[in-house]
Amino acid sequence: MSLTAPSAAKIGHPNIGREPLWVRVVVIGVVIAFVTLMLVLPLIAVFAQALSKGLSPFVEAIGQPDSLSAIGLTLITAAIAVPFNAAFGVIAAWAIAKHRFVGKSLLVSLIDVPFSISPVVAGLAYILVFGLQGWAGSWLIDHDIKIIFAVPGIVLATIFVTFPFVARQLIPLMQAQGVDEEEAAASLGASALKTFWRVTAPNIRWGLLYGVLLCNARAMGEFGAVSVVSGHIRGLTDTMPLHVEILYNEYDFVGAFAVAALLCLLAIVTLILKAALEAFQPEVAANAV
Amino acid sequence: MPYDLEHKASEAGLTAPSNALEGPPPEDRAAVSVRGLKKQFARYPALNDVSIDVRPGELLALLGPSGSGKTTLLRTIAGLEFPDEGQVLFDDVDVTYASAAARRVGFVFQQYALFRHMTVAKNIAFGLSVRKRKDRPNRKAIDARVAELLKLIELEGLGKRYPAQLSGGQRQRVALARALAVSPRVLLLDEPFGALDATVRKSLRRELRRIHNAAGVATVFVTHDQEEALELADRVAVLNLGRIEQIAAPDVLRNHPATAFVAGFVGEANRLEGAARGGVFRLGALELAAEGVADGPALAFVRPDQFELAGQGLEITVERVTLAGLITRVDAIDAAGHRLEIALPRGTEAGALVHGAKVFVKAVGGRVFPAT
Repeated sequence: MSLTAPSAAKIGHPNIGREPLWVRVVVIGVVIAFVTLMLVLPLIAVFAQALSKGLSPFVEAIGQPDSLSAIGLTLITAAIAVPFNAAFGVIAAWAIAKHRFVGKSLLVSLIDVPFSISPVVAGLAYILVFGLQGWAGSWLIDHDIKIIFAVPGIVLATIFVTFPFVARQLIPLMQAQGVDEEEAAASLGASALKTFWRVTAPNIRWGLLYGVLLCNARAMGEFGAVSVVSGHIRGLTDTMPLHVEILYNEYDFVGAFAVAALLCLLAIVTLILKAALEAFQPEVAANAV
Repeated sequence: MPYDLEHKASEAGLTAPSNALEGPPPEDRAAVSVRGLKKQFARYPALNDVSIDVRPGELLALLGPSGSGKTTLLRTIAGLEFPDEGQVLFDDVDVTYASAAARRVGFVFQQYALFRHMTVAKNIAFGLSVRKRKDRPNRKAIDARVAELLKLIELEGLGKRYPAQLSGGQRQRVALARALAVSPRVLLLDEPFGALDATVRKSLRRELRRIHNAAGVATVFVTHDQEEALELADRVAVLNLGRIEQIAAPDVLRNHPATAFVAGFVGEANRLEGAARGGVFRLGALELAAEGVADGPALAFVRPDQFELAGQGLEITVERVTLAGLITRVDAIDAAGHRLEIALPRGTEAGALVHGAKVFVKAVGGRVFPAT
């Protein structure tokens, strides 16, 4: 932050200030028009469609057992995948940003795999490993463990897809912060664990929170990978995005859009939470002085 | 029991600085002793057989150009780097491979490395508050210690601020207080004034000396600024290419440099390239005693005040004359095109010293080393 601030002050603002008025109006206008057309209108459309026949069909659609089960499964999946990836992301970022070891750049590239690979491929890969015909298939049947077309598969696929969010958020942050404070803590007698909890963790908590919120939004919304491994068993292995598709394909538009609206609502709450937390950062405000 | 700990904390603290000076005379044992340290970085040796003793209570400077290994040496003493060979001893106990946390050293980083999410008071208290429960002073004792240190660094009343709300000089002092809070065996400072502007630098130098004297703890600081080292330190170790060239008191270093590198790096001596023969250094008609220097190419280091005008000697062309108090400073150039800086007592042959004038000088002192 401190690196970009001076150059922005020198180059950015004065130049924009000197642009002719019409340029500013056009640029800002284009951005607002684009955001409205592409982002805001579709959102409004979802809510409008969901409430097109009034509030009671909306509530009824959500109250159906299959919908409730889909909502429950989505929440359970996120509740498992997000903490797992938060923990992994912190450990990975810590290892990568604060230590030197062989194969580090390879590890950094590997963390990006879920971003660069199609989620459908990820789902298929899990079927290949854990499916009936897969490598671990017969062993899993012998031990009566069901992963594919069951909840564990959905959780695994979600973890795979949301793997990079926290680590990607934290690695540049921790690299920018360097190891000086950790070394200072060590020289003052703090153990590695105390150094992490009292120095490293507080310095990354806001970055971690952003990562977790983004990870959560994606975990609840993931469609592709989950669709492949879920098997679409209504009331058992349907998550909210899958349920939206099923209802839509059955021409139950109010139902589909009601669940979709709820999904949007969860995302919007996530964003509001993020903005609200940004506003309450006492020491960030102090650091900006 | 709490009273006991409290008592112990204040005893180990600044209220009893004379403790460090009790026991056997300082020269008899070293607070920190480094023996035969070697450390190789990817391409070049960072430390090449370095041995050094830090005496109890002394202020020792590690002086050298960048890449001389001085920071690596400091970090090795702190346990932030580990040597390939050699030993680090604290009070004759081998700590070569002990962790930084186990060594109880105070380390002040070049960029201070204050904990940005903690207040000044929390920063200073950190070293005490992370101790294991049985060694940890109680809250009241920690608060008292923090107050005492804030007073020492003259920042009373700023305990509740965050590091970002302090000036560079204030941060530096907080870093110093934080390092002192744990009553370290040795205080290590990496380029303590490097990030500060010239005026703050000067006043903080005096400040460091005062705090060092008050705390009575052996202190080692790294610097590339010879003026800083010579002014502040009791002894200066000059490092070059991972080796120690000389360890001596500032005046010894200035008047009796042990090697050509020290003579060139410390002070503002002129470097004359000539030849030695039969114990005499010659450059043109300039002669200088060079006892014990083997025949062959040689370097002479002559301070500006070691020149005198003469009837014959080295012919120089005056470039610029500056009057500075009782001294006349002359910038000149010799026949070979080397720049010379000469300081003469005010009033000597003032008429002859004008731009473009050719005069002769002789050297009345200086050090000669074989050229390598």
